[in-house]
Amino acid sequence: MSARRGHLPARAEPRAPGWVRDLGMGARFAVTGGREGWIRVLLTAVGVGLGVALLLLTAAIPSALAARHDREQARQDYTYGRTVPPKAANTLMIADVDTQYRGKDVRGRLVEPEGPRAPLPPGVRAYPAAGGMLVSPALKALLASDEGTLLRERLPYRVVGTIGESGLIGSHELSYYAGARHLEPLIDGSTVARISSFGDPHPTSEHTDPVLVLLVLVVFVVLLMPVAVFIAAAVRFGGERRDRRLAALRLVGADSRMTRRIAAGEALAGAVLGLVLGAGFFLAGRQAAGSAEVLGVSVFPGYLTPAPPLVLLVAVAVPAAAVLVTLFALRGVVIEPLGVVRTGRPARRRLWWRLLLPPAGLAMLYPMIGQGHDEGNFNQYLVTGGVMLLLVGVTALLPWVVETVVARLAPGGVAWQLAVRRLQLSSGTAARMVNGIAVAVAGAIALQMLFAGVESDYSRPTHHDLTRAQMQVNLPPTVPVPDAAAHFARTPGVRRVTALSSGSLGTRSWRGDQDIAVELTVGGCASLRELAALPSCRDGDVFALAGGDASDDGTARAVLPGRTLYVDPSPGGRHAREAVWTVPRGVQPARPVKDPTGMLRSGVLMTPRALPAGARTTVHGAVYLSLDPSVPDVTERVRNTAAGLSPMANPMQWAATEHSRKFTSIRTGLFVGAACVLALIGASLLVSQLEQLRERRKLLSSLVAVGTRRRTLGLSVLWQTAVPVALGLLLASVVGLALGAVLLRMTGATVRVDWASVLTMTGIGGAVVLVVTLLSLPPLLRLMRPDGLRTE
Amino acid sequence: MTATAPPPGSLLAAADLRKVYGPTTALDGAAFSLHPGEIVAVMGPSGSGKSTLLHCLAGIVTPDSGTVTYDGRELSAMTDAGRSALRRSEFGFVFQFGRLVPELTCVENVALPLRLNGTSRREAERAALSWMERLEVADLGRKRPGEVSGGQGQRIAVARALATRPRVLFADEPTGALDSLNGERVMELLTEAARSAGAAVVLVTHEARVAAYSDREVVVRDGRSRDMERLV
Amino acid sequence: MSIGHTLLGLLESGPRHGYDLKRAFDEKFGHDRPLHYGQVYSTMSRLLKHGLVEVDGIEAGDGPERKRYAITEAGITDVAQWLATPEKPEPYLQSALYTKVVLALLTHRDAADILDIQRAEHLRSMRILTDRKRRGDLADQLICDHALFHLEADLRWLELTAARLDRLREAVTA
Repeated sequence: MSARRGHLPARAEPRAPGWVRDLGMGARFAVTGGREGWIRVLLTAVGVGLGVALLLLTAAIPSALAARHDREQARQDYTYGRTVPPKAANTLMIADVDTQYRGKDVRGRLVEPEGPRAPLPPGVRAYPAAGGMLVSPALKALLASDEGTLLRERLPYRVVGTIGESGLIGSHELSYYAGARHLEPLIDGSTVARISSFGDPHPTSEHTDPVLVLLVLVVFVVLLMPVAVFIAAAVRFGGERRDRRLAALRLVGADSRMTRRIAAGEALAGAVLGLVLGAGFFLAGRQAAGSAEVLGVSVFPGYLTPAPPLVLLVAVAVPAAAVLVTLFALRGVVIEPLGVVRTGRPARRRLWWRLLLPPAGLAMLYPMIGQGHDEGNFNQYLVTGGVMLLLVGVTALLPWVVETVVARLAPGGVAWQLAVRRLQLSSGTAARMVNGIAVAVAGAIALQMLFAGVESDYSRPTHHDLTRAQMQVNLPPTVPVPDAAAHFARTPGVRRVTALSSGSLGTRSWRGDQDIAVELTVGGCASLRELAALPSCRDGDVFALAGGDASDDGTARAVLPGRTLYVDPSPGGRHAREAVWTVPRGVQPARPVKDPTGMLRSGVLMTPRALPAGARTTVHGAVYLSLDPSVPDVTERVRNTAAGLSPMANPMQWAATEHSRKFTSIRTGLFVGAACVLALIGASLLVSQLEQLRERRKLLSSLVAVGTRRRTLGLSVLWQTAVPVALGLLLASVVGLALGAVLLRMTGATVRVDWASVLTMTGIGGAVVLVVTLLSLPPLLRLMRPDGLRTE
Repeated sequence: MTATAPPPGSLLAAADLRKVYGPTTALDGAAFSLHPGEIVAVMGPSGSGKSTLLHCLAGIVTPDSGTVTYDGRELSAMTDAGRSALRRSEFGFVFQFGRLVPELTCVENVALPLRLNGTSRREAERAALSWMERLEVADLGRKRPGEVSGGQGQRIAVARALATRPRVLFADEPTGALDSLNGERVMELLTEAARSAGAAVVLVTHEARVAAYSDREVVVRDGRSRDMERLV
Repeated sequence: MSIGHTLLGLLESGPRHGYDLKRAFDEKFGHDRPLHYGQVYSTMSRLLKHGLVEVDGIEAGDGPERKRYAITEAGITDVAQWLATPEKPEPYLQSALYTKVVLALLTHRDAADILDIQRAEHLRSMRILTDRKRRGDLADQLICDHALFHLEADLRWLELTAARLDRLREAVTA
């Protein structure tokens, strides 16, 4: 090798600067260290690689969300508007018929092109004829599977093609365009409209659910932190051996700056290999991301393209960080030709700045408490900074906690004494080994808690009375309410049907300005009793509800016998006519009770026969359904019934049991992710454990020689790991719970401790320790063989 | 050589020991015997098999063939646990570099074998301290092995070896890492303490001036031992 | 150093003339101090008197008369005893020891035995000195130490020689 000659001053050939040569020499040491050297480099590389992949993924998320947002806007059909354009060659009738299937949203559109130049949404080349539909690939797969049986009944259209990627916002999106006829009469200014172009006429900048943003941020911080800690630990692998090697280099004439550069070169080799691995991980993860769905959000791999400056930043920052950590670890070390000297006893760990970190983190998060409910924005920098400070607080506090606690531990049995004394002598090493686990567990506990809290919040509506009804179906005016009620009553799993139509009564014609408007509710006696205490009731009766809402004095002023009131025609569509109603003499006063939606109604209650004939189509029909949850897929059956009545019927589920299923998959994912991070850290723990054992080989075999039981030594190894880990897990639980509580307060959810996740995460942490100890036992036993004495 | 019965009156005896480590033959028919209270030096050039002989005698290493008899008991017939227990209670050990547990204090190091035998901590440390007094290192009790000199460390190691009042003390080059003045002091204290405690000593050394503290010597050469007493 | 035992030992490999004996002795042991022929003559007559050698034959020639000597059984026993007796540890004994080792090699006896016996003798002296040192005052200690260091030097030489016996055998029997 010509590099050999590089040691000699050779004036003839142009020479690389000294530091390049030193770095190169270090890199060569890293890869020529035999099997162990390779394992060390590989572990460093895997750690760095995971960090790089996560960083790249994080860098790609904003662009992915932006891409989704752009596509969403490009296909927007703007259906709101009081003015309706005339039918023309370039117009399209479109109806929003979104539905849900087993907790997943299905985007549905009925389309009726009115001319040859009717606008086409992205991803669609031609509209299907009436009765046919274009579906997204995910929906196609779902309809073809057994899973989709009930959905097939709901969508009685032939699949005639698929929607292209440009018309979808995610690989898992369920979406269809179905051809329809006669949509014009249904134009209502909200769900059915005539449009001449797609795309939001008022493009907005991206606005994502702040809770979602929070989750994404926290997930990445929580996953990145232990990886960072792991990298920091990984570049220290084999430190002792390296120090000895560096000392040998000093002996043959390397100066201390050269040795530092050589050490940096070794770390750099692992980091650069890590970059390569990281790029691989990222590409693999990007493909995998195409098949994953989080919070109902899926993306196409192509979305996940980080901005080039960010990629460059990652590529430079990660190896630089690895080198810096190495140099940082060497700062208290003087490498002398005859060995390594640690400059004196490290100063006693000071507490105050360590204690400062968690409160500082909390202070950064505090201003955002409650913002999740107000649809407010979370300041991303504050969130990231706050979470990081809290987690860094763990790594900063842990060495102090371990040192302090261990110094106070009383010696007990021999195994315990050996472990405690060992920890007292080098608690820093022990704490460093556990740091990664502690950070991962703290973060995971906080996240699990956040998910659990958000989940229970999402699945528990705040005012609906779920004991009386679990679903509500809003009916379009084309569907007669009694028919609908009968259909629902026949649907399996429906216990009780409460049919109530609602509208508005005004004291003046609705064509002009209104003076006093009161609610109008129409329903059978049984249904009306759901919202008012009625002394007696027969079909044809009319009641005036008063005193329901304190602010409502309209009923008392407007509902006077003999007065003419006007029924708001707008629920009946554009062409509906205004009906007129005279308050009868026999109107009875009634007291409101909470209706199934949890509200106190006011205004006029009518039995069906009391409703003027012209007003039948100008009230919103709605049915409230009490369901038998034990009937499988009862909600899907109700939705099918609703769809059978009219595609415009809009079923809403109150008991959102399906939300939890959505979160379960995330929590499982988080669980797996945390377990993987912990396993990785466990691997590094094992490596350093073995390294330590090897260093103590002679001592161990001499202890065996004097008759120490193997059990005693094994136990002492276990204690030695278990004590710092227990402390780490304890600290991690406290910080994790605090962080979780703050995050929940930020989203406005109720703070509840999710003990299951605390136990699971600490359990995994503990299991990692146990596995590491178990795996290090065979080498320990081997090292304890008396052969260890045979070296002099 | 076929003599397998231990010499009469011997406390520890070995006959026809053979031990091979990979390509190297460490012992090739070595014999040994030790009487109660006797100090025997095992001498020989490095690589001759001295240490292996000591390891076999102490039951740390099992010979490939041959017998080691301690107090009428055949070591190879005992279980590993049994041999460990024997080492804990009947034997004491001093190694070349002390081999003190670096994280324990000196007094805890000396108390360690007692504690391994089940003595309570307080009692073990009291006994340890009295042994340290005899070896003139009582003032180092609270220090850690890293904070004492080599000679002091060896004296602590001797105290540790004698703390359990063993019947046999095995010393493997106990002065190997010391200068002659410190080495002699350690040897004086070691032999005095062993004699007053009635412990027999197997002293492996390549130094004649250390061997001069013994009652007799056995020379190991090329894996074979020669008992000088019988030769003369 | 016993010239008589040395000459006896040289005779063990076969009968020789007096002059041959002198040459063999000079070649093997007398590097710096050749033997006078008179010494050989007087020694041989003493050995004859004690019956340790016998005259194997006489060659008349033009110079002095040439007797051929051969070793007797008693002579062989005498050599063996001499070899087995350790030398008293004293300075510069290695010349005597060296002679013994070489003779043992020449006569195919176990030279290692000689070294081990000597080592045992040395150690015995060292034990005595060590014991005296332990009981004595500083002066005693210093005197004993001086002796001990010398003995230790001898012992090191013994070790070294023992390790090189094979090479020595090749050299002297060549």
